[in-house]
Amino acid sequence: MNQASEFFTVGEAVADAKAPAGPIAERWEQRRFSGRLVNPSNRRKLRVIVVGTGLAGASAAATLGELGYRVSNYCFQDSPRRAHSIAAQGGINAAKNYRNDGDSVHRLFYDTVKGGDFRSRESNVHRLAEVSTEIIDQCVAQGVPFAREYGGLLDNRSFGGAQVSRTFYARGQTGQQLLLGAYQALERQVGAGAVELHTRHEMLELVVVEGKARGIVVRDMVTGDISTEMADAVVLATGGYGNVFFLSTNAKGCNVTASWRAHRQGAYFANPCYTQIHPTCIPQSGEHQSKLTLMSESLRNDGRVWVPKERGDDREPADIPEADRDYYLERRYPAFGNLVPRDIASRAAKAVCDEGRGVGPGGLGVYLDFADAIGRLGEPAVKAKYGNLFDMYERITGENPYERPMRIYPAVHYTMGGLWVDYDLSSNIPGLFVTGEANFSDHGANRLGASALMQGLSDGYFVLPNTISDYLADGPFEPVPDTHEEVVAARKAVDERIAFFLGNDGDRTVDSFHRELGKIMWEYCGMERSEEGLTKAIGLVRDLKDEFWKRVKVTGKAEELNQQLEKAGRVADFFELAELMCIDALHRTESCGGHFRAESQTDDGEAKRDDENFSYVAAWEYATEAPVLHREALEFEYVKPTQRSYK
Amino acid sequence: MKFSLRIWRQPSADAEGRMVTYVLDDISEDASFLEMLDVLNEQLIAEGEDPVAFDHDCREGICGACSLVIDGQPHGPQAATTTCQLHMRKFKDGDLIDIEPWRAGAFPVVRDLVVDRTAFDRIIQAGGYISAPTGTAPEAHSVPVPKQDADAAFTAAACIGCGACVAACPNGSGMLFMAAKVAHLGLMPQGQPERHTRVLGMVAEHDASGFGGCTNAGECSAACPKEIGLDVIGQLNRDFRKAAVRAA
Amino acid sequence: MQPRKAAPPKPQSRLRSSIGLKIVMAVSGILLVGFIIAHMAGNLHVFEGREEMNAYAHGLRTFGEPLLPHESLLWVMRIGLIAAVAAHIWSAIVLTHRAIHARPVRYASKKPAKGESRHAVATMRWGAVVIVLFVIWHLLDLTWRTVNPVKDVPDAYGAVVATFDPSRWPVTVFYLLALVALGFHLRHGVWSAVQTIAGPNTAWRGRTQAIALGLAVIVVAGFAIVPLAVTFGLVS
Ligand SMILES: Cc1cc2nc3c(=O)[nH]c(=O)nc-3n(C[C@H](O)[C@H](O)[C@H](O)COP(=O)(O)OP(=O)(O)OC[C@H]3O[C@@H](n4cnc5c(N)ncnc54)[C@H](O)[C@@H]3O)c2cc1C
Ligand code: HEM
Ligand code: SF4
Ligand code: FES
Repeated sequence: MNQASEFFTVGEAVADAKAPAGPIAERWEQRRFSGRLVNPSNRRKLRVIVVGTGLAGASAAATLGELGYRVSNYCFQDSPRRAHSIAAQGGINAAKNYRNDGDSVHRLFYDTVKGGDFRSRESNVHRLAEVSTEIIDQCVAQGVPFAREYGGLLDNRSFGGAQVSRTFYARGQTGQQLLLGAYQALERQVGAGAVELHTRHEMLELVVVEGKARGIVVRDMVTGDISTEMADAVVLATGGYGNVFFLSTNAKGCNVTASWRAHRQGAYFANPCYTQIHPTCIPQSGEHQSKLTLMSESLRNDGRVWVPKERGDDREPADIPEADRDYYLERRYPAFGNLVPRDIASRAAKAVCDEGRGVGPGGLGVYLDFADAIGRLGEPAVKAKYGNLFDMYERITGENPYERPMRIYPAVHYTMGGLWVDYDLSSNIPGLFVTGEANFSDHGANRLGASALMQGLSDGYFVLPNTISDYLADGPFEPVPDTHEEVVAARKAVDERIAFFLGNDGDRTVDSFHRELGKIMWEYCGMERSEEGLTKAIGLVRDLKDEFWKRVKVTGKAEELNQQLEKAGRVADFFELAELMCIDALHRTESCGGHFRAESQTDDGEAKRDDENFSYVAAWEYATEAPVLHREALEFEYVKPTQRSYK
Repeated sequence: MKFSLRIWRQPSADAEGRMVTYVLDDISEDASFLEMLDVLNEQLIAEGEDPVAFDHDCREGICGACSLVIDGQPHGPQAATTTCQLHMRKFKDGDLIDIEPWRAGAFPVVRDLVVDRTAFDRIIQAGGYISAPTGTAPEAHSVPVPKQDADAAFTAAACIGCGACVAACPNGSGMLFMAAKVAHLGLMPQGQPERHTRVLGMVAEHDASGFGGCTNAGECSAACPKEIGLDVIGQLNRDFRKAAVRAA
Repeated sequence: MQPRKAAPPKPQSRLRSSIGLKIVMAVSGILLVGFIIAHMAGNLHVFEGREEMNAYAHGLRTFGEPLLPHESLLWVMRIGLIAAVAAHIWSAIVLTHRAIHARPVRYASKKPAKGESRHAVATMRWGAVVIVLFVIWHLLDLTWRTVNPVKDVPDAYGAVVATFDPSRWPVTVFYLLALVALGFHLRHGVWSAVQTIAGPNTAWRGRTQAIALGLAVIVVAGFAIVPLAVTFGLVS
């Protein structure tokens, strides 16, 4: 069934050994009861390394510190508060049913499984929905200034096309406020001496001793010192890998290195090809472009999306009469109109641009027009709702969206794939836990708006602190000396790579390679994938990777703040990931969620899922020759798979 | 567009630094300020020189990493705009642009335009939180918060911790940053029990870190990309006074 | 594990904290403003003639007699003033010292002042030095008469007329210059003190600034009118 099989081999199936059976609503409680506990006086003897200070990392580090474990926490930014979670705008879902509009834990569970296009685990998603309500309580207690109504109670809005209002938000800066809550809880533990914080430190290798994750190799990014840090367990909360596309809405520093190094040490990487492309981003303005900026999805509530009917119509938008405009979302999806899900809106935009009807530089953009909304509600009302987004748009483009329709284009936004974990958030390497966007998570093939923040905090505050004790109950483990061969080998690998970069007599900058890699990925492994394109991409990526190792040029020394050296290591790992992403995309011949396969569509061009052959998680094992595919079958007892339809 | 740039170059924390001039051509007016520096760095690497180090991450005005003093102004000439959101169309073709790091004893230079801002984290450690260990929280709706308080708290909490306030202040004071946190937490009912210990702890840490005192010059607020108002400093002063008297 | 609570700073260090010093500065400054206004009002007696002016000066000295000893009011005022000036200068010196250490390396390029009080802030410290010099001269001149032609202490009127005699124009110019410095000092100082003590909200901030400016203008005008009147022969 797989044309791609020349690129990989198939191994044994994997199963989630920790997932409890029984009625779904009782599984989480059951697991908490069956998991072993660590005596409070023993916790002091157990050291846990947490890499990452985003929502998933800061919440875990703070909570483990509160519980009494000795925690070491790392991030590559100068402050934990700058982790990429800070940039999330829209909001966070919770099944509080404050609106009395029919929401419930079960409905959030149902919506999330369906939204993920039936490629996620029911048990995990149900737990996420259960915990969602506790997250809101926790954040409110920390002083997170959520939006409120005049009565002083929390406000909710409907987000991303959901039929219930379950999204909690803090203006357009929800991620910032949630992260600051977690950051403050973390700093409180740092002040208390429970957590040791290492900022401007980058994890470059995972140390696995006798089959267990026992530590990491880190580089002090200011002095260049390389050190090995040992512990009883390692938690990776290192975020997503959208930057493999070079241009994405992710922060410039986001990378896959921590996950990829763990993958090379044996951790399975699941569903790497599942990428979310967000439809409302500001288009690229030229070759200098270094990142793309997301504009909140809420804009689609009032803005109308259109392009000219004719190709090459380069009149000013105001001069194009109604009759010559194509409101293509309203035309194709009359029921949902401009509010169709992210993947559908993104692909529709790409389709009209491919027809040559796109607007703006390079024809890569569509209009998002507020003229009707301004006419209907008046400019002040529009300003009150979207003023800050309009200002942001104007700062970046120099155009005034009150007068001229915005130009938008889809951009890579989130990666549903990540390291494979079981119900306990443990990877297949004992002692290596993965939380937040870095794991393959609960979102299946497509993430609903406002659910990544929920997952990050659920993992960090509530799930991991409860499940990790079952593993740590066997500790403290035998101390590992610095001279242990695995430790020495891990260090050596890091030292050699750094020495290679600095010694290589190259002539091309790291960024130039990264940019080129990103173009290949966007072209062939972006919004629409095909067998032909992916096969070609694998070749292109391999060639470029070879060229990278021959021609990359890194200036400076190892023992100093060297931003080129940091980038070189990250891009090297992106190359390997890119290849695996293409292989994963190639082997999955169905269309599902964020993965649209050209060969698998209905007669009218919509995505066609193939449950018979692909209702599984693809967990990839690293091997020098070709990656090994381990399938984890997905079972749906509570939500029966149906084909999504938004007509 | 063409620009001459005078940039502070300093190889390491204890090395001597100086302003070095570079000339850059063919810059798009749609490029952001940091993208302009990216172009410069590509050019420097091609010439075998060390590129200019500067802090940045989100490039959308929210992480607070970017931190350049442009022509003497932290985050440059455009009001309410971080360095990463500043675009070259705000400059004139042929301009000479000075680029320096934040200057403050509490923010020592690490390299070139990168400074060490951990002093801000220490101020938060000294009390900039509400003690609510995970799992202890009551139901979210058990404590209503008047909308205007929640809104005012949000406005203060919008601080991105960039440090432009310190960079702009003639006294090198960190008061606006600290006051924004004191105001945010002090406006929420959840923040009341620790209101007094919080302000005393944070002010002590602020002073110990080597920030200067505030003389209400107001330069901080004028430079703040998130437009944090001076009101928060008024509230900090009031809270401090009450706390100091109560503790006496 | 419960976090270690940051120990609340001791009273001594609370006073010496950046906000403590600022409050000392503001309170002592407000006391000085009160004195300056009273002093200015007193000076205006000069327009009522020698008798009235000297009677006022005499009145200050004999206030409350015979119930209270000679010059009691004056001594209470002097002690209060000395304390306020000492507190004001002490906090000014400590804060200035800290400000210098808080920015060991200066910027290479000048920055346009954008803050609340624009250039007034820049004049606070230099202006203060001018004021100190002036106060010393002022004491030597009109209080102790060391440098004043009229040594007869009860003849305040005579002393004022003599010191601003057109032939001694540099004295008058210095006096006026010091007044300008004082005016700038008050313009920022008064609003700053209100901000420190009352912490007005955004709406009130503009108003306090206007009041501070008005007060500064009145004080400068009120003081300047005396030497100008003497110089131009309106008072002799
Ligand atoms: C623009 C934007 C808007 C979004 N809006 C929403 C929204 O409205 N609602 C929603 O639910 N989700 C949203 N998301 C998604 C969501 O923000 C992220 O998925 C989530 O915040 C990820 O959190 P995290 O803790 O897993 O990782 P991150 O916040 O990315 O943190 C990663 C951490 O790992 C550290 N790290 C990484 N690698 C290393 C290494 N090698 N060594 C040391 N440290 C390392 C970093 O320093 C950082 O501290 C948005 C995402 C973007 C890009
Ligand atoms: C004797 C010489 C004086 C010195 C050395 C002096 C010095 C200072 C200094 C350095 C400041 C800090 C302001 C800043 O740096 O921005 C200040 C503030 C102030 N001064 Fe003076 N000053 C003097 C006289 C006066 C007088 C005569 C008055 C009143 C009429 C006065 C009223 C104030 C007020 C109200 C403030 C504001 C306090 C605050 O910052 O909250 N000062 N002074
Ligand atoms: S108060 Fe403003 S200038 Fe200061 S750190 Fe916060 S955001 Fe930056
Ligand atoms: S880079 Fe994040 S605020 Fe500028």
